[in-house]
Amino acid sequence: MFRRIFHWQFSALVYIRVRMRLSHSIQRRLCILKGIYPHEPKHKKKVNKGSTAPRTFYLLKDIRFLLHEPIVGKFREYKIFVRKLRKAYGKAEWSGVQRMKENKPAYKLDHIIKERYPTFIDAVRDVDDALSMSFLFSTFARTGKCHVQTIQLCRRLSVEWMNYIIASRSLRKVFLSIKGIYYQAEVLGQTITWIIPYQFAHDHPTDVDYRVMATFTELYTTLLGFVNFRLYQTLNLVYPPKLDGQGEFSLKSECEEDYALESESYSEKLSALSASLARTVPLVEDEEAELDLFPAEGEDLEKMEAREKIELEQNEQKKLFEGLKLFLNREVPRESLAFVIRCFGGQVSWDKSLCIGSTYDETDETITHHIVDRPTIDKQYINRYYIQPQWVYDCVNGKILLPVEEYFLGVTLPPHLSPFVEESEGDYVPPEKLKLQALQRGEKPQAEDDEEEEEEEEEDDDDEDDQSEDEDEANLAEMEEKRAQGKSLSVKVTPGKVKPENRMRAEQEEKAEEKRLAIMMMKKKEKYLYDKIMFGKKRHVREANKLAAKRKAHDDSNKADKKKKKKKKC
Amino acid sequence: MRPTHSGTMSKLKNKKRNLEENEDEQLPIFDKDGGKDAHLDDGDEDQGDLSDGEESVFSGLEESGSESDDEEEEEEDEEDGSEEKSSDIEENQTADGDGDDQLSAKEVIKPQTDGQNSKEEKKKKKAAGKEGGEESVASVRDSGLQISSQVDEYEHDTSDEEDIRNTVGNIPMEWYKDYPHIGYDLEGKKIFKPIRNKDELDEFLDKMENPDYWRTVQDKMTGADIRLSDEQVDLVHRLQQGKFGDVNFNEYEPAIDFFSNEVMIHPVTNRPQDKRSFIPSLIEKEKVGKLVHAIKMGWIKPRRPKETTPQYYDLWAKEDPNSILGRHKMHVPAPKMKLPGHEESYNPPPEYLLSEEERLAWEQQDPEYRKLSFLPQKFACLRAVPAYSRFIHEQFERCLDLYLCPRQRKMRVNVNPEDLIPKLPKPKDLQPFPTTQSLVYRGHSSLVRSISISPSGQWLVSGSDDCTVRFWEVSTARCLKTVEVGGAVKGVAWNPNPSICLVAVSYDDTVVLLNPGLGDRLVCTATDQLISSYEEPEEVMDQSVQWAVAEGEGHEQGHRLILKHPKAVRQVTWHGKGDYLACVMPDNGSSLQVVIHQVSKRRTQNPFRKNKGLVQCVSFHPIRPYFFVATQRYVRVYNLIKQELTKKLMANCKWISSMAIHPGGDNVICGSYDCRLAWFDLDLSTKPYKVLRHHKKALRSVAYHRHYPLFASGSDDGSVIVCHGMVYNDLLQNPLIVPVKVLKGHTITHDLGVLDVTFHPTQPWVFSSGADGTVRLFT
Repeated sequence: MFRRIFHWQFSALVYIRVRMRLSHSIQRRLCILKGIYPHEPKHKKKVNKGSTAPRTFYLLKDIRFLLHEPIVGKFREYKIFVRKLRKAYGKAEWSGVQRMKENKPAYKLDHIIKERYPTFIDAVRDVDDALSMSFLFSTFARTGKCHVQTIQLCRRLSVEWMNYIIASRSLRKVFLSIKGIYYQAEVLGQTITWIIPYQFAHDHPTDVDYRVMATFTELYTTLLGFVNFRLYQTLNLVYPPKLDGQGEFSLKSECEEDYALESESYSEKLSALSASLARTVPLVEDEEAELDLFPAEGEDLEKMEAREKIELEQNEQKKLFEGLKLFLNREVPRESLAFVIRCFGGQVSWDKSLCIGSTYDETDETITHHIVDRPTIDKQYINRYYIQPQWVYDCVNGKILLPVEEYFLGVTLPPHLSPFVEESEGDYVPPEKLKLQALQRGEKPQAEDDEEEEEEEEEDDDDEDDQSEDEDEANLAEMEEKRAQGKSLSVKVTPGKVKPENRMRAEQEEKAEEKRLAIMMMKKKEKYLYDKIMFGKKRHVREANKLAAKRKAHDDSNKADKKKKKKKKC
Repeated sequence: MRPTHSGTMSKLKNKKRNLEENEDEQLPIFDKDGGKDAHLDDGDEDQGDLSDGEESVFSGLEESGSESDDEEEEEEDEEDGSEEKSSDIEENQTADGDGDDQLSAKEVIKPQTDGQNSKEEKKKKKAAGKEGGEESVASVRDSGLQISSQVDEYEHDTSDEEDIRNTVGNIPMEWYKDYPHIGYDLEGKKIFKPIRNKDELDEFLDKMENPDYWRTVQDKMTGADIRLSDEQVDLVHRLQQGKFGDVNFNEYEPAIDFFSNEVMIHPVTNRPQDKRSFIPSLIEKEKVGKLVHAIKMGWIKPRRPKETTPQYYDLWAKEDPNSILGRHKMHVPAPKMKLPGHEESYNPPPEYLLSEEERLAWEQQDPEYRKLSFLPQKFACLRAVPAYSRFIHEQFERCLDLYLCPRQRKMRVNVNPEDLIPKLPKPKDLQPFPTTQSLVYRGHSSLVRSISISPSGQWLVSGSDDCTVRFWEVSTARCLKTVEVGGAVKGVAWNPNPSICLVAVSYDDTVVLLNPGLGDRLVCTATDQLISSYEEPEEVMDQSVQWAVAEGEGHEQGHRLILKHPKAVRQVTWHGKGDYLACVMPDNGSSLQVVIHQVSKRRTQNPFRKNKGLVQCVSFHPIRPYFFVATQRYVRVYNLIKQELTKKLMANCKWISSMAIHPGGDNVICGSYDCRLAWFDLDLSTKPYKVLRHHKKALRSVAYHRHYPLFASGSDDGSVIVCHGMVYNDLLQNPLIVPVKVLKGHTITHDLGVLDVTFHPTQPWVFSSGADGTVRLFT
């Protein structure tokens, strides 16, 4: 057996401070940038001088590794620079201040990125947190909490990312949660999930250390920049992104004078997400590369077929909104919707005064869907659907164009389900999901009584589950039944019935008893583990049952309400 | 003067600041010609444009006249002017070195006065219009009223003009509060305070009577009362209203731009320009030369514009597998964020919303232990969704997790629970064993502590706490005989010898040997004869136990022999041959805990000299002359012939309650009060071969079947568990233990369930006695 020997250092942080003469903040930044994390020792007492008090332990090897980082020197330089600058300020030496500011020591994190993510796939895999953070920072106000450059950089990178996702059409799932909007994309075979908060000003909490966040952002912006560059390259897009020629031209004519700087208006146009990007190699329209078919056998063949099927589905999903022309009213979250619609090939526009980059007007006759988030709208055009924004997201998650009736203005929306939940056997499945699955299978939505049936079926399922899970309970219940029968016999004599011998049942019981007896013979350790597993399973079932019961109660009360209303009408 | 007024001012300020900075910094470049600075300035001044001297006049205006003493300052700076005047003069006169720049400034000023004549002329004209107000200014100034209107101070020296009677100078007059004098006059004599013995009343009278009271002011310097003149009162009023002190002063006079952009024919100063203003500066030339040289040599490079935006490139252009650090393989990537479920939706299905109680419970729970970190909420439309207040918090916590949490690869136990269950032979294949309850023996009114079965298997005896011993027919559950004894029966034991019909019954401190008179009459009479055939030995031994023969009523009931013990007897057990009888008298203190009686000789032995713990139960080896004694935690095996301890079995439990020996004699089972049943293989080890914890409560009794590979255990949980316990003749094969049946039937009374179990000697049947006063037969 390969045995690894760790050198544990007693409170290793103290160790760095002594050896490197580094301040705590620099240690923290180093750990963050280099991705050094503490380890849990195997024998805590041995390491901690016999005490079991919680303490962070770093591997001595890791700390030695930190010592060799050239960036430590840069940090020191920066510290000195800050000290000098403070002194100059104190003495009011303004020219000195300026000179120093000009020669501010700067450092790059490129080599750290390369070292932490030796391959590009590694970097893509870890880009989740980077995205969430940079989207968060890009929504910060440009005052106070962090440097304006950082915010601008974050904004730029996140817009680049969104543009890439649109260009590659790799968005898969979207989820409107109460925290923000989750997006999941599949980039180079990696599923990447990020969250964007809703567009509101942040109420900055006081108990958050923004220095830690800023250090992370520093790392993440570097990572994201390189990842974006490479991703743009893979699609033959120009980096930094440029708008496609025609789009640029059409946009230029409008509202140019609103922005002071050319660059600013350009970045705004990019972030409008309405125009496609310029490519280094002109795009060939029909580039559906046929997969080379290799003769495969047996399992491989099945796998291949499954893969092909999935691919086909994905291709179809990518073209979900193709041919649709949507218009966003001003109260809907423009960026999110524009991003999602464009990711699936739809055309989208908005009011000219809302944001730069709108491509057509509300009066356009060819608009198919108008997305509105208010109870009514005054002026309605006949040849388009007025729908609520949830429709778009539900369509994406369902991978089909859902019927629009449930999403009309003023209608109570159907629940918005999380696309990330994948129910395994025995889990509770909300009826809406079942309905959606039926729709996906191509079945036509039926009347309400059908729903009810479904629900009933479902309940039956639950019951069965109960039985299989809690055999003891079943047995007990049966015993009770027997007892009850016995009692009834004692009270009055009924003509004897031939009780059909339920062979299946008897067999099952026998098996159950065997199992129980075998459980008696289990070793202590195994028994413990077994009990734990069974407890977990039972809890799972209990939760599912609870949800089902709640749903049933809700539906019942709803029905009762409906009946009452009907009666009143009568 | 070409530059406009304000322009010069700002420039001047900058220049001054620069000067100061340069001096402070003491940069090497400026070190050399630091001394020449003043010269240079002088030169500039001579030239007449941007001259430092003239500007310093204005700087004086700006900076409250710290270094100049000219007239303008007096006029404009009404607050400080008169106070500072004297000190300035002193400075001028004494010229004590306050600092280089100040000195130089004064030097600058001196010559300027000549050149400024023309300007002063104008000033004078203005001043002429003003009212003189030459009254004793000094008298008023300390009371906060300062009169600035003065005539040109260059005509009469201000110090002379001032009426200085008190020479104490500018000090707080409170210092003289406690002295009779108030200062010194010019000759050095004390100036005494005017006699003021006004009290409040005088003051008041004065206030009432004196019409000028309101305009009387006390001079702090001299202590005298001064009556203000009309003009002065007027002045005070004007100042109070925020107007200029001078009545005739027009504050809105059109400004005359002296330093206009128009080039006049006459220069502002009349001073001839220096020579050095015509020839190029050598120092500058030297400096420029050095710079040019440095540029030529490449020492100085033009400043490159800094790149503020980060540059990105293809970082992974050449992925070199060799450059991947070894430590990267050890790296544990951070787990991804947990994906949200339905309950996080802004419009979740109704079942995911918390009910009122759940919400309350959620709120009361500690945030650390909450299953959901948020309250599920439902919004009618997307428009109504508010910002999530903990968003930044959560991101921050994620950051903290990333760099502060120890990472570990945890092996997830992905075990199918079915695999954990041991594979055992099916109970069906191990038949016969008792499966159902077939008979219930009712009759006892209290708990049945002990049962025993006759060697023929026809009769059952049970002893109960209701002070009776009952004899039952096994096959019919009929109670054949009831014998009353003098106490709660603790133990009954049927003599295992089939040719003897005797039952040992223990209650209190007595053991009674009963002849139930059941079964074969021959056997019964033979037994009676055996007992009565006893002959008293010649020598009477001292015995701790008294033997007595039952007579009278007792004899009719079946009592044959009565053994009186010194202590309460808990258990009785027969040797397999049926002659020896062992009794247990648990007592921690004495060595007399176990006694062995020989019935045929009516003899009693105390086998142990020493007390080794509280004896729980004893048992004879079925074949060999061994004797098992179970104390609280150990089972000791004694060789009765050699009279020595052969083995000590560690039961690994807290308190042994019962024990049974396998008919083969090599295996022992022990039941304990901590729910365990330990199976010892005597050939294997002194530790249990197997410990079963199949009962939920304390075990009360265990038993082996005499022929079938079965053993049973009865427990306080009211169940009897029958196990298959096969012992092989092959020494290499370990015993096979399989639980085969859980028999339930006894009801639990007083927290006690089954108290005793015993097997039928020939059939696979098990009897159990319980605390509910019944004996049950399972077949």
